[in-house]
Amino acid sequence: MAVKDYLRERFFPHIWCAGCGHGIVLNSLIRAVEKLGMSKNEIVMVSGIGCSSRISGYVDFHTLHTIHGRALAFATGVKMSKPELNVIVPMGDGDALAIGGNHFIHAARRNIDITAIVMNNRIYGMTGGQYSPLSGYGTLATTAPYKNIDQSFDTVQLATAAGATFVARTTTYHVQQLTDLIRRAILHEGFSVLEVMTQCPTYFGRKNKLGGAVEMMKYMQKATTPIGSKAKQKNPELIERGVFVEKEQPEYCSEYEKIIQRAMASGS
Amino acid sequence: MESKIKFVQGNEACVEGALYAGLEFFAGYPITPSTEIAEHLSSRLPRKGGRFIQMEDEIASLCAIIGASLTGHKVMTATSGPGFSLMQEALGYAVMAEIPCVIVDVQRGGPSTGIPTHVSQADVMQARWGTHGDHAIVAFTASNHQDVFNMTVEAFNVAETYRTPVVLLFDEVVGHMREKLEIPEPGQIPLVDRLRTSVKEGVDYHPYLPREDGRLPMSDFGGVHRYNVTGLYHDMWGFPSDNPSVVHGLIRHLVDKIENNANLIARYKKFHLDDAKTVLVSYGSAARSALHVVQHLRGRGQKIGLLELQTLWPFPSDIIQDVCNRAEYVVVVEMNMGQICQMVKQAVDCPERVFLANRIDGVFITPTDIRNILRLVAGKGV
Amino acid sequence: MAKPKLKEHRINREWCKGCGICVAFCPKNVLELDEKDKAVAVRPEDCIACRLCELRCPDLAIEIIVEDEHGIENKIRSGQ
Repeated sequence: MAVKDYLRERFFPHIWCAGCGHGIVLNSLIRAVEKLGMSKNEIVMVSGIGCSSRISGYVDFHTLHTIHGRALAFATGVKMSKPELNVIVPMGDGDALAIGGNHFIHAARRNIDITAIVMNNRIYGMTGGQYSPLSGYGTLATTAPYKNIDQSFDTVQLATAAGATFVARTTTYHVQQLTDLIRRAILHEGFSVLEVMTQCPTYFGRKNKLGGAVEMMKYMQKATTPIGSKAKQKNPELIERGVFVEKEQPEYCSEYEKIIQRAMASGS
Repeated sequence: MESKIKFVQGNEACVEGALYAGLEFFAGYPITPSTEIAEHLSSRLPRKGGRFIQMEDEIASLCAIIGASLTGHKVMTATSGPGFSLMQEALGYAVMAEIPCVIVDVQRGGPSTGIPTHVSQADVMQARWGTHGDHAIVAFTASNHQDVFNMTVEAFNVAETYRTPVVLLFDEVVGHMREKLEIPEPGQIPLVDRLRTSVKEGVDYHPYLPREDGRLPMSDFGGVHRYNVTGLYHDMWGFPSDNPSVVHGLIRHLVDKIENNANLIARYKKFHLDDAKTVLVSYGSAARSALHVVQHLRGRGQKIGLLELQTLWPFPSDIIQDVCNRAEYVVVVEMNMGQICQMVKQAVDCPERVFLANRIDGVFITPTDIRNILRLVAGKGV
Repeated sequence: MAKPKLKEHRINREWCKGCGICVAFCPKNVLELDEKDKAVAVRPEDCIACRLCELRCPDLAIEIIVEDEHGIENKIRSGQ
């Protein structure tokens, strides 16, 4: 199947701003799905609210555009009631880790087979540029006019501590790695978290004088390095890219199948 | 073979009703006084191949059952007031996206944490208007365990028929009290199954285009029709739209499909109403005391009757008018500050003849409480 | 496998929002934005069909069409 066959082309051009990294995530996502040779009927995409969540409207899967922060809770119901479906949940950083933080850590703890893609643009874009849980100390936002005093989560460490069994990070600059990591995250049996550092030139970039999309992508190229690289040893400030966690652990729906077997065996 | 006659709590009667109706997926979070529903279902559902999950909160619980409904399953969650407050956001989503689901609220005293192990019926208006925006809602209640069973089955039937969330407003007394429940034979109560589209693969399917009879056939996630579900105003394919005529058409549809069928959805019981000059209107556990008063005073020759409401929303105005406009006095018996009483006053010709007999102290309203009010209404003093 | 040879940059001008990402990151400097801020391949002869523009395009507006050694049009799949 051609890559474009996974799109709902009638809704293009999409709503995202010029240079928005979310489009690159969409671009990589459909390529990853195409490489896996998945049928469109076996994929459910569940999203929340925000710029990131609009991705579900553009893919020709079963799509569930839900409430701010709650996508993983809806996705848990979809997956558990029909475990043969592949469930992909794209979320923004605010969607996933502020309003949806509780659902995020509990989905990770259960190790339910859902692919969570955290599109980290460090800002609330849909509402016009307020600081998010990943904006970072010292950044500017419409609600941080005197500079942000909030510390950020480290998505990778948070997901790891919460129990996700596949945890990875990359950026929209590193598109080949992005496609590959989405593919691996989907293939992984268990809760997968992929953090994608993505640019919001319109709000985060402009507020913080980081230039346009191109400059922001160049920054992501410079500011990141493969896990365990020599560059990281020299410069600990560099953000690592790659797969941090990949382990086998009992998956939630498979475990529940065992409960059904035990319950049926115990009779009434 | 399980016994057909059981001695159970009301919460367990609800579980039996849900399983009878075909419940396949439950998500919930522990909260008094509804927890027994989750406990029993965690044991019962997997025995029939169904699934139970304890979520991280009530928000997630309602979200999860909406997701499971979309894959083609009959779903339910259960909670009490504080949890029902958390569910209001997703309740609105279920209204907007037209997702069949059943939400049980075993009421306790509020606001806030309130009085968890004591009875109240003060979530009536929360069920009606708890979620934001114009909308219609269906809410049922019951006063005894056989009716808890029946109304639970009814809740699933109405949820499937109208593609809507249905709220079951039980209360602590009904939920925790034990009494006899007789489980009907399979088929004895008709069940409404999910209406699925007959549109073939490759043919344009409209998940949000009502048929002539108003029903909207569904297609399970994972099936051959890929469409969009959203909490935004949407077109007949489920894609977001802010076209004024689409917005207007959808909100009218969401409200009209329930309100225009209020008489079809209305469930109630009449006791000694034919010649009643004093009419009690009550529901839930309060109706037990009201019925006791009616039977007692009938024994003394008083012309008094009871209208027991089992449908609270859409408000059954027609039956209220029919019964109450003929009465000299109407006394609404409920355990809140007059939430249904206000609705009755709005519905009848002479609201000044409608009185409230209530308790709001966490203590179950007794026949004596009601008789005291009746004496006051009749000008006799207590 | 023979090196793919470029046949065409298929650029959807309706979808292109002119962000310039493809222009900035093309290793052979093949692309430019025209006066309407739409991406165009001004030096297609320099293209090595690496397809980074296609992969990085946030508007999904670029497709690289290549020919194999027999001259048959072949849309190679991403990353292969």
